[in-house]
This record gives sequence, C-alpha cells and structure tokens, in this order.
Amino acid sequence: MSFFLDSVIMFTSQVLFFGCGWLFFVRQLFKDYEVRQYVVQVVFSVTFALCCTMFELIIFEILGALSSTSRYFHWKLNLYVILLVLIFVVPFYIGYFVVSNIRLLQRQRLLFACVVWFTFMYFFWKLGDPFPILSPKHGILSIEQLISRVGVIGVTLMALLSGFGAVNCPYTYMSYFLRNVTDSDILALERRLLQTMDMIVSKKKRIAMTRRQMYQRGEDQNKQTGFWGMIKSVTSAPSSNLSLIQQEVDALEELSRQLFLETVDLQATKERIEYSKTFQGKYFNFLGYFFSIYCVWKIFMATINIVFDRVGKTDPVTRGIEITVNYLGIQFDVKFWSQHISFILVGIIIVTSIRGLLITLTKFFYAISSSKSSNVIVLVLAQIMGMYFVSSVLLMRMSMPLEYRTIVTEVLGELQFNFYHRCDLIGGTLYLNLLNIEDIPVLKVI
Amino acid sequence: MASLDRVKVLVLGDSGVGKSSLVHLLCQNQVLGNPSWTVGCSVDVRVHDYKEGTPDEKTYYTELWDVGGSVGSASSVKSTRAVFYNSVNGIILVHDLTNKKSSQNLYRWSLEALNKDSSPTGVIVSNGDYDREQFAESTVPLLLIGTKFDQIPENKRNDVLTRNTFLSEDFNAEEINLVGWVISERGIRMHNYSLTGFTDRKRFNFKNLHYD
Repeated sequence: MSFFLDSVIMFTSQVLFFGCGWLFFVRQLFKDYEVRQYVVQVVFSVTFALCCTMFELIIFEILGALSSTSRYFHWKLNLYVILLVLIFVVPFYIGYFVVSNIRLLQRQRLLFACVVWFTFMYFFWKLGDPFPILSPKHGILSIEQLISRVGVIGVTLMALLSGFGAVNCPYTYMSYFLRNVTDSDILALERRLLQTMDMIVSKKKRIAMTRRQMYQRGEDQNKQTGFWGMIKSVTSAPSSNLSLIQQEVDALEELSRQLFLETVDLQATKERIEYSKTFQGKYFNFLGYFFSIYCVWKIFMATINIVFDRVGKTDPVTRGIEITVNYLGIQFDVKFWSQHISFILVGIIIVTSIRGLLITLTKFFYAISSSKSSNVIVLVLAQIMGMYFVSSVLLMRMSMPLEYRTIVTEVLGELQFNFYHRCDLIGGTLYLNLLNIEDIPVLKVI
Repeated sequence: MASLDRVKVLVLGDSGVGKSSLVHLLCQNQVLGNPSWTVGCSVDVRVHDYKEGTPDEKTYYTELWDVGGSVGSASSVKSTRAVFYNSVNGIILVHDLTNKKSSQNLYRWSLEALNKDSSPTGVIVSNGDYDREQFAESTVPLLLIGTKFDQIPENKRNDVLTRNTFLSEDFNAEEINLVGWVISERGIRMHNYSLTGFTDRKRFNFKNLHYD
C-alpha cells in the first residue's frame, strides 16, 4: 500500500517537472521561433523531468521520506529510463534532424539517422577503453558500463565549462581589463564604415549601368546578326572592366564587415565602462577579484592533490561539524544537525546548478541558433543537460555524509568513484563559476 | 552615370527570412546559389526607369540596403545598426510565411528603423502591443513581403492568407495579393503591397526582370 502511495507521489512530481520543462522551453528557449516538430519539445521536457526526479530522490534520501524499498525501486527505474533517453533517443533524433537539414540525404532520412546513431554508439563505447572502468565482475551490457561512460562525458563537460567560466568570469567583471573608449573613437569608426558603404554603392552603380548599356547594345545587335552578334557584344572591353570592379567590390565588402564588427565591439566596451561606474558594476568588480583569487587557490590545491594522490575521504558537512566540535568546543547533536545541514547544502547545490545550467543553455542557444538549426541545438542542449546532471549526481556523493551515500553506491554499482573525484578536482570544484558565464562577443552580431 | 538620382531603401527582417536572396533576385536577375548570414549590411543597386513609357520617365538608382541581424540583438549591435538608417526613402519589411514569429517581429523592426533618433540603446517596452500612433507622423513608405509561400502545405495556405490580411491592416496598408502570379525557382513571391506614395507601377515579372 505504501509502495503504491509513494509511486503516486513520484509520478505527480514527475508530471510537475515535465510541465516546468515545457514552460521553460516555450517561454525562454523558443520564444523567437515557431515549434514545428513537437517531438523536440517532448524530448527536452522528458529529459528535464527525469533529471529533476533524480535530484528529488536524493533529497528524499536525506530527509528519509518514503520507504526505502520504494526509493530504491524508483532510483533504479529512473536510472534505466534516463540512460535509455540519453543514449538511444536523443542521439537518434539529433542524427535525424541533422540529416533532414542536408538536402542531398533527404530521401533516406531514417537510414542515415541510424547510420549516425551507430557511429555515435561506436565512439561512445570506445570512450571507455583508456579509463579504469571495466572490471571482470560485470558483463558487457551492464548498467555500470553505460553509467560510467556517461559519467566520464558529463564530468569532462563540467570541467570544461567551469574552467571556461573560471577564466571568463574575472575577465568580464573586472574593470582592470577594460580598454579606454571615447565617443570620438566610435564616431570616427562609424564614419569610416559609412564611407566604405558609399564606395561600395558607387562601384555597384557603375557595374549596374555598364551592364545595362551592354544589354541594350547587345539587344540591338541581336536583332541583326543573332548568335555572332551576341558573341561580339560579350567579348567587348567593358566585361573585363567589370570583373576588375567586381573584385574591388568584394574586397570593400569584406572591409565593411570587419569595420562593423569592430564598431560593435567598441560599443559593447563603452557600455561595459558605463556599467562599471554604477553600484552594481562596482560590486561585480569586487566579486571578480575575489573569484580570481579563489580560482587560483583552487587550481593550486587541485594540482597538489593530484600530484600527491590525495582524495578527500570525508565530506564537507562532517568535516565542518568536526571542526566546530573539536576546535570551537560547541557541543550539539551531531546526527540531527548533519542531516539538516547536508540537506540544505545539497539543496543549494542542486538549485544553483539547475539554475546556472538553464541560464547558460539559454545564452548559448540565443547566441548560436538560427531558424534552421534550432531543433538540433535544443536536442544537443538536452543531451548536455542530461549528462551533466547524471555526473553531478555521481559527484554529489562526496558532499553527503556516509549514511546517505549508501543508496547512491548501491544503485550505481561498484564504480571507481575515486577516478571520478580526481577528475572533479581538476576543474569541477570551480562549477560555481558556471553561474556567471557571459556572452561570447563575436556570436552576438549574427 | 553618377548624376542619376538615388533612392535608398532598407530591407529589414529576422535572420533567415530571405532578405539577401530577395535583394539578389531583384538586382542581379539571378537566384542566389549559396545564401549565408549577412554580417553588418550588404548593399545592392538596381537601375530603375520610373514611369517608363510616359513623358515623365526618369531613371533612378535604387539602393537596397540589406541589414542583417535579429530584433533581440544586444544593444551594442542595435546602436551600430542605427548608422545605416540615415535618410531612408523607403522600407521593405520581409517576413517568412512559415514562421509566425517573424511576422510578429516586423513591428519591432519598423520601430527600430523609424525611431532611431529617440532611443538607440533603449529597450522597446511594448512587446507585441501594436500602437498605430507611432506610424501616424512618419511619411516613409512601407512594403511588406512574405517569402517561402511554396513551402507551406496546400491545406494551410488559406490560413496564411487571412493572417496576412490582419498584418497589413495593422500596418495601415492596402493589400494586393499576387499569389499565383510570380513563379521563380526559389518560390519567392511578392505578396502584399502597402503603397503609400511609393512608385505606382512596378512590374515584377521575373522572367525578364531587368530593363522592362
């Protein structure tokens, strides 16, 4: 009976998450495009719902809600479904939509989509070879194989993203890096841009007029001598002149593009300078200094840990409690507080990582999508989101006290967790910076 | 040659609707083989005989300024784009008939081009609410063109036509449907005209476009 009740609770929460994912998709991601293929929307919302369910199960684990057998069952179920989606469904649809965009392969879309999927599976499997994943106890198609590979990809992704964020964040925030841009610089550049455009226009006018005169002359001759007349009119002098002017026009157009991009850059810098003078700007400037020092210290610690092969055995919560009890002499009920503190800590990590990831996904989506490629990009983002969340579950194990780690260990089997934690130390501890990744400048223009 | 008068026309619309293809078709009499994203602005020129055949015939250079980008671009891009909006004689607004959002964004595009003096870096607050007062004083003629009509399946074509009627009402334009009149390889059709003082005779027979 309780199992049935628990299942109902889980199911309603999953439907709720599905609705949130749907809303996010419609309101934020796709607000400038029209949804023509509902499959994309459904797949994205399903991935989002499954990821949120995983986090929800962790929270329930800490709180001790629901009975432990039903929790275990739902963990396994959720894990199987999410692996199914991440490894079979999403890559297949990515291949299908990529192939649909290419005109040549339109006819045999399904066939080519399957080919793409098999290539993906091959590389996915090969990914596991250099890493210490395979142990003789497990068969080929066991869940540990799949999870471990997904984990590797996800952890690498997290490390890359947070490394990028770590470098980009201080660069964007600190005013030390801002060049000095005055209004007259911008005006001068705009004047050059307009002059270039005028030169392009006058050359194109010459080309158009010359072609018109050629055509008129050619028509007169055509009426008399037909085929030979046309040959004569084409080989006359103006045509070679035309190709010369056309080359000049091409060069000028390239110049105008460069000038436009430079002007955009200068305008953006000017806005950043104005922003840095406001109170908010000063606050972020200070944060930038703080973050850069924090990042440098973390990188230093990570290097030392790897060189001396240390992996932290205790989680921050227990260590924090130990410190307060031993050094500060405050006595309190360890068991009671460790549950609550770990709940709060894990909750904060989950919420900030979901929020940060969604914001980053939205920014990347706006920067790089167009009306043709929007479907493919949304699916790629769904794949990244799924892998990121699965691996953050793996890594979160370290942040939880021992008694809560058991279920994660039980469900995921005997993975080489140490390996993952070492990877995590390389860059994953900087994932707080993920929240603050800014736009990439060149991509803003398109 | 340079003594001919010039007419500057802006071609605006969301990215991917077919502005560059349209401009290329109008000026070069050819279909654009490999369209790519327009960075900044690309200009093309067409020599046009205004009121040809009548005693008032005059030849003009029509410059089509095809401005790239989207309505939701960063404010730095918008202020740079504003440089191209000087002394404009006419605006062509292009939207994609297969993408409803591109028609909705046309209002914001026209505001950006016409109100360039008021707030180049400001945010347009009215998001989707149309205000006819904005267009009351402006004397710049507007032309609305819908592209990719042939990519709409047969059963939805009527809905698209009714939607376009509402759109041209919003812009206070007359509607002339030229469906089924122009057939080109890429299926670009001249769809609605809003003739408020623009040249009153434009023959868009694409078989021999030039020198008609």
